Amino acid sequence: MTLAPETTRTTTALTLQLLLEDGWFTVCELSLLTPGRGVAALLPDGRQVALFTDRAGRTYAIDNRDPFSGAAVLSRGLTGTHRGRPFVASPLLKQRFDLESGRCLDDEGVRVATYEVRAA
Amino acid sequence: MTSHTTMTATTATTGTATAPNASAGNTHTIVLVGHGMVGQHFLESLAERGLTATHRVVVLCEEPRPAYDRVRLTSYFSGRTPDELSLTDAEFIKEHGIELHLGDPAESVDRAARTVTARSGLTVGYDTLVLATGSYPFVPPVPGKDAEGCFVYRTIEDLLAIEEYAKARATTGAVVGGGLLGLEAAGALKGLGLATHIVEFAPRLMPVQVDEGGGAALLRTIEDMGLSVHTGTGTQEIVTGDDGAVTGMKLSDGSELPTDLVVFSAGVRPRDQLARAMGLTVGERGGITVDEQCRTSDPAVFAIGECALAADGRVYGLVAPGYEMAATAAATIAADGASFTGADLSTKLKLLGVDVASFGDAHGATADCLDVVYADARSGIYKKLVIGRDGRLLGGILVGDADAYGTLRAFTGSVPPIAPEQLVLPASAGAPVALGPSALPDSAVICSCHNVTKGTIRGAVTEHSCTNVPEVKKCTKAGTGCGSCVKVLGQLVNEELAASGVEVDHGLCGCFGQTREELYEIVLALRITSYRTLLDRYGREDARGGDGCEVCKPAVGSVIASLAPTIGADGYVLAGEQAALQDTNDHFLANLQKNGSYSIVPRIPGGEITPEKLIVIGEVARDFGLYTKITGGQRIDLFGARVEQLPLIWARLVDAGFESGHAYGKSLRTVKSCVGQTWCRYGVQDSVRMAIDLELRYRGLRSPHKLKSAVSGCARECAEAQSKDFGIIATSNGWNLYVGGNGGATPRHADLLAQDLSDAELVRLIDRFLMFYIRTADRLERTSTWLERIPGGLDHVREVVVEDSLGICEELESLMTAHVAGYRDEWAETINDPEKLGRFVSFVNAPDTPDPVVGFVPERDQIKPDLPLLTIGQRPLEGSAQR
Ligand SMILES: Cc1cc2nc3c(=O)[nH]c(=O)nc-3n(C[C@H](O)[C@H](O)[C@H](O)COP(=O)(O)OP(=O)(O)OC[C@H]3O[C@@H](n4cnc5c(N)ncnc54)[C@H](O)[C@@H]3O)c2cc1C
Ligand code: SF4
Repeated sequence: MTLAPETTRTTTALTLQLLLEDGWFTVCELSLLTPGRGVAALLPDGRQVALFTDRAGRTYAIDNRDPFSGAAVLSRGLTGTHRGRPFVASPLLKQRFDLESGRCLDDEGVRVATYEVRAA
Repeated sequence: MTSHTTMTATTATTGTATAPNASAGNTHTIVLVGHGMVGQHFLESLAERGLTATHRVVVLCEEPRPAYDRVRLTSYFSGRTPDELSLTDAEFIKEHGIELHLGDPAESVDRAARTVTARSGLTVGYDTLVLATGSYPFVPPVPGKDAEGCFVYRTIEDLLAIEEYAKARATTGAVVGGGLLGLEAAGALKGLGLATHIVEFAPRLMPVQVDEGGGAALLRTIEDMGLSVHTGTGTQEIVTGDDGAVTGMKLSDGSELPTDLVVFSAGVRPRDQLARAMGLTVGERGGITVDEQCRTSDPAVFAIGECALAADGRVYGLVAPGYEMAATAAATIAADGASFTGADLSTKLKLLGVDVASFGDAHGATADCLDVVYADARSGIYKKLVIGRDGRLLGGILVGDADAYGTLRAFTGSVPPIAPEQLVLPASAGAPVALGPSALPDSAVICSCHNVTKGTIRGAVTEHSCTNVPEVKKCTKAGTGCGSCVKVLGQLVNEELAASGVEVDHGLCGCFGQTREELYEIVLALRITSYRTLLDRYGREDARGGDGCEVCKPAVGSVIASLAPTIGADGYVLAGEQAALQDTNDHFLANLQKNGSYSIVPRIPGGEITPEKLIVIGEVARDFGLYTKITGGQRIDLFGARVEQLPLIWARLVDAGFESGHAYGKSLRTVKSCVGQTWCRYGVQDSVRMAIDLELRYRGLRSPHKLKSAVSGCARECAEAQSKDFGIIATSNGWNLYVGGNGGATPRHADLLAQDLSDAELVRLIDRFLMFYIRTADRLERTSTWLERIPGGLDHVREVVVEDSLGICEELESLMTAHVAGYRDEWAETINDPEKLGRFVSFVNAPDTPDPVVGFVPERDQIKPDLPLLTIGQRPLEGSAQR
């Protein structure tokens, strides 16, 4: 069972798409994203992706797994801007990850995968 | 109220045994007569110079307790215990091998034999004798002055007696004398609930410190507080009833004032009787004559403090000059050059909540001087500066607003760098940027209690690498006396840190240059309900228009939530834009655990729960396979819920009458309680009921950090209230309120804020305390650290929330009233909002699929996270991140 709301799909609604090895993969409607908060998506091969949008409407996608804990929680972190670049802070131990490059801002050696994303 | 001594005398010589002077051994013996404020400072000065190690030190103390803070005597009535007023401890006395004889005054001295004899018969030989006998209150010789119900105001014992009498048999009280001490005494009587009168012979209040204009401003404010002031009239007779107790007083204007209690506070006189009996020279109007080294007419005898007539011909009735004399005497004994040639009579006081300060030549006695006066009778503000012909600042008087005191006093004697009128104008009347302490010369004395100059304070930063005010206080002692310089001290330290290249950016984070407190004020004043608006208008230049950061978003979210009902924001933390500000725990209204699952804590107010509700919790846990554990806060934590299970679990709990316990929020957690009077044979109040009431009142209140509380039913303290942010302990008369306690990594015992409160008084005080904390604390600052950080500490908080010194209590109370009225259960709200429910899925594109990383394995008949699942498909971390 699910408590997720019924969303009325209109043909004109913009959807969020990820570029995977075999082409664009549609995740959900863009309107389900709140600026400053993320959502998680499940890819056909079992990978998890965290998707975000910011105030300006730009969208970002990175791996949802927090490399420090292994938990799939990055989509639940808080986002922000650091020196003009967008980041998300892990909700577990607060390390920050650049949303464009996937680099960890607090630990140089660590990065998470990033995905190309578009609204179409 | 009982009083008890904190230490017993450490006596080497007891009874009548005689150890006539130093010839017994080779040690030099110093005998101190009087263990008051100055006596204690003298002992500390001896210790600092290492003299306690080389000399035998014997102290004869008349009072039943060691030295205490007489300056803050009145704070006894606002909850400070005699122990808290103590200026010394057993440790100090023991460490320095001081022989302290309590309750045993010196009665006679044989100067030829160099021996002192105390009341108990104890005789001690001395090489050096130091008299620090202080003063006694002057009682005018009016008929009836010794009647039952007449008191003086000097010692803790005096206060205990006044309190007992007032509670037992008085509704009206009168204070004879409208000077500094008289006003303090009047404040105390009023605090005891008496209708209070002040009778002053002079035509104005505080005739010594302020002039006519200042007296008028003071009069107005004091009358507004409901005290009756009778100036220009003397007391002629104390009228007594048949039982010999006071019933009123006759005044010189012919009227009669009915009163049940009289406190004489008509000035003090030096206690020089012992010195007279010893044949030492005393002044015509009293006081033991001393030279610049504080030696009396007998070179083996010193006199310091209020009993001494200093070399400049004055008897000083203030503690700072006394401390200087104490230091001078100690230095002289150590054969270091030092002298006391006179002191500044500058004072800054808070009387009945009104700031009163005077400094330098306050009354304009210098020839040809001119006054600059600013007066605003409506707000009770009066400021006068005395300026010399040559433009030098000579002195001044400040009533109602003495913020500039520290700076002005330090400028006294020099030509201030800006025009004098600008020094007294309020900022709203166009005064330029207030004159900071940066303009002061290094020689300016900032702390007059400990005689610390600006140069020394700067040195503490530049040479001793102090990086904050507490460190500088410890290093220089500045600000540890009367506390009136703490504000200037803070400014100086910050300026110096800035100058020495230490970046002092007090901003909340990279996005805001303001502190959390400043942001709170902005949000409240401008009724800002949106984080973005705040960031775009008040953020740092380069942060405007951006997305903020993980530090300021929750902090601002919390401020907006705390003020929601007042500023017109939605109180629901997941409403609109606010949802994006919350830390993940607040966002999911549950606590994130290491594998991405959540734990759930329903509220169990006061730790009281019915069997039916316990069963429901058990059933829910069983049905959802949750791990259960009893928390330290007397409730039950349910672990291992997946995000998509949260609303289903809440629905079950809400159905059974539970609500969110806010275990996830920076907000009130629990109010623990012991069973109290209802069951416990020791209990004196119903601690459970009080805990429930408080928990329900403050539930959901967002604050800078979590808040914990507890209520104990008696002094045995089974609920451990003194380790809480606000803890309550029942007394036979009501409740004692403790604040600023903490457990955890940095435990702190809570401080007593007020005692014997009624239910209503308790709640009102907690309302004010919490709202004041929420208003002024930094982000993630618990009440314990907040209390240690804010200038003035507990005293300041007490002034603000008990005495309403800032006049904000009404506002604080109404903010809390609005919070209480606006409370809604976040769980119920969420399960009834289909749109919000959409968030509670593991995957936006597969709402029915659970997160495969979240799994559990059995342990001790329950579950625990399946940790290997967390590593599947994960590359091990390299380099610095590897553990
Ligand atoms: C309510 C109140 C408020 C005050 N507020 C301020 C203020 O805001 N600022 C300020 O600067 N000052 C203030 N003062 C004044 C300040 O308290 C005194 O200046 C200070 O206490 C003087 O210290 P002292 O040691 O000389 O005298 P005390 O503190 O009076 O100590 C003298 C001690 O000697 C003892 N003694 C006397 N004779 C003998 C004997 N023969 N043998 C043994 N012991 C003896 C006495 O019992 C007493 O304990 C205030 C005083 C009071 C009462
Ligand atoms: S604190 Fe007092 S009333 Fe409460 S349980 Fe302990 S002994 Fe009983």
